[in-house]
Amino acid sequence: MSDRPGSGADVIWAAGSPGLGAPADTEWEMVIGLEVHAELLTRSKLFSGSPNAFGGEPNTNIDPVCMGLPGTLPVLNRHAVELAIRVGLSLGSLVQPSVFARKNYFYPDMPKDYQISQYDRPINVGGSLELPTGKVIGIVRAHLEEDTGKTTHMGGAGRIDDAAYSLVDYNRAGVPLLEIVSYPDLRSPAEAREYVTELRSTLLAVGASDGKMEEGSLRVDANVSVRPVGAGEFGTRCEIKNVNSLRSLGRALEYEARRQIRMLSVGEPVTQQTRHWNEDTGRTSALRTKEEATDYRYFPEPDLVPLDPDPAWVERIRAELPLLPRERRHRLAGLIGEDPARVSLVTERGQDDLALAAIEAGAAPAAVLKHLEQNLADGSGELTADGLAELIGMEARGELTSNQVKDVLAEMVRTGESPATVARRAGFEAVAAGELAAVVDRIIAEHPEEWRRLCAGDGRERKKMQGFFTGQVMRATKGQANGRDVAALLADRAGS
Amino acid sequence: MTERISRDDVAHVAWLARLSLRADELERFTLQLGDVLDHAADVAALDLEGVPPTSHPYPVGNVLRADVPDGALDRAEVLAQAPETEEGQFRVPPVRGEAP
Repeated sequence: MSDRPGSGADVIWAAGSPGLGAPADTEWEMVIGLEVHAELLTRSKLFSGSPNAFGGEPNTNIDPVCMGLPGTLPVLNRHAVELAIRVGLSLGSLVQPSVFARKNYFYPDMPKDYQISQYDRPINVGGSLELPTGKVIGIVRAHLEEDTGKTTHMGGAGRIDDAAYSLVDYNRAGVPLLEIVSYPDLRSPAEAREYVTELRSTLLAVGASDGKMEEGSLRVDANVSVRPVGAGEFGTRCEIKNVNSLRSLGRALEYEARRQIRMLSVGEPVTQQTRHWNEDTGRTSALRTKEEATDYRYFPEPDLVPLDPDPAWVERIRAELPLLPRERRHRLAGLIGEDPARVSLVTERGQDDLALAAIEAGAAPAAVLKHLEQNLADGSGELTADGLAELIGMEARGELTSNQVKDVLAEMVRTGESPATVARRAGFEAVAAGELAAVVDRIIAEHPEEWRRLCAGDGRERKKMQGFFTGQVMRATKGQANGRDVAALLADRAGS
Repeated sequence: MTERISRDDVAHVAWLARLSLRADELERFTLQLGDVLDHAADVAALDLEGVPPTSHPYPVGNVLRADVPDGALDRAEVLAQAPETEEGQFRVPPVRGEAP
């Protein structure tokens, strides 16, 4: 890892092509680093006062500063800084004095012909993100910058290179962005998706972004290279843009890795370049050969003064941080005695507070986890922790069959009533023990041939006939008998 | 004068700035930029151990504004100043790849 200043991932990739002309049976490994751009949830833009809002009519949220009109000056949005610090602290970054820089380029998405970003002094440096699996992904930096306008290419089937002209909407120009750059610590498309999911959950938890990939408020560029398993150095990377969903991210990485492996296997070097993912064709294509950071002619933005957040402010922000997804996983896992990865589904759905309260109320942790995972995928609605604990108790005491438990739970989610109330209304009252024994005896008497087969049969035959008798008893009791009790009675009568 | 910058570097920088230079201009600017870099080298030769880098000439920092939207420009008025518009947007020549 180099400490040379650079723009994002430029600092972290070594050149070279290990594996060139590798033997056909070479096993390959993917090396992935992600640059995630998150639009920050402010009301106004990063350096000016027009609204930060998605979905408005084109060019209705614009002002003289974001339009780059002569004589205008940017002034930094305090809340954007606070949100950037929240994210930095959540990732364990060092929040440091920072400087804004001009990134110069000619493209109509920025009327000024430069984008204000941070370069060699980003606000957040270092840090890490722990995935549900426990793997820790390193963070290079998370810096503030302004978003660009949106260009739409017209004619030529919307492709950039064939367009007849382009239309530009500057509503997005100047919207605050946080660019979060990971180290190339990811090794598979699945892991890359996990990383984005975990980062998104973290951004949502601290209220920094709404994380909507489909609306472009969370965008991912992927740096990917391949190398033979065990190789020490990285291969030459390509950067993939235009990945608009987690699914696309996985597909684009798979495609790109296969493309690079195919090239290296026949002795053709991979060229470092930016590639465009096309969702329709399922391919990446060369957009441009990767520019040098020096070509952007970064220099300190003379219209903005340095940013050096007061340590007291930073500490106040730290103290106000909510529990992060990682902390919530560890909290629940610790109480249940499970691995954090086992409970991530529950914390991702935000049902861990319910789980903790139900366990607190005396419910068996394993049963709580089972119901949350299997029966509450669509949310817990009006369900109370006490109600859930009570229901789990009834189930454990055999007062309800497992099918009845599901029905009662669904009703509790809808109404928030106690399980006893719901069970009574539904007529789910367990068949009294004596009554059940009478039913079992009657069914045995009615089916002497089947009973003989059960008693005399081998394991398989015996099992089959047990199923038959259980079914008959269930039918006779309209499903209200407890399966375990029926099995016990059958075993008792069979003398086994 | 030592060779601080090559003609090719100057041509590249000119292209990045979308400047079209004649051969004699390229020659002249190569010399002039060399002088500028010589001056920078003089500064770089100073013993600046312990002197923090400066990114801004004034001793001010942390100029922040409250996150309050204060209105937007009138679209019709803004678009009226553009050479070409379409559907409420700026119409621009086709973009061939991204700069630089």
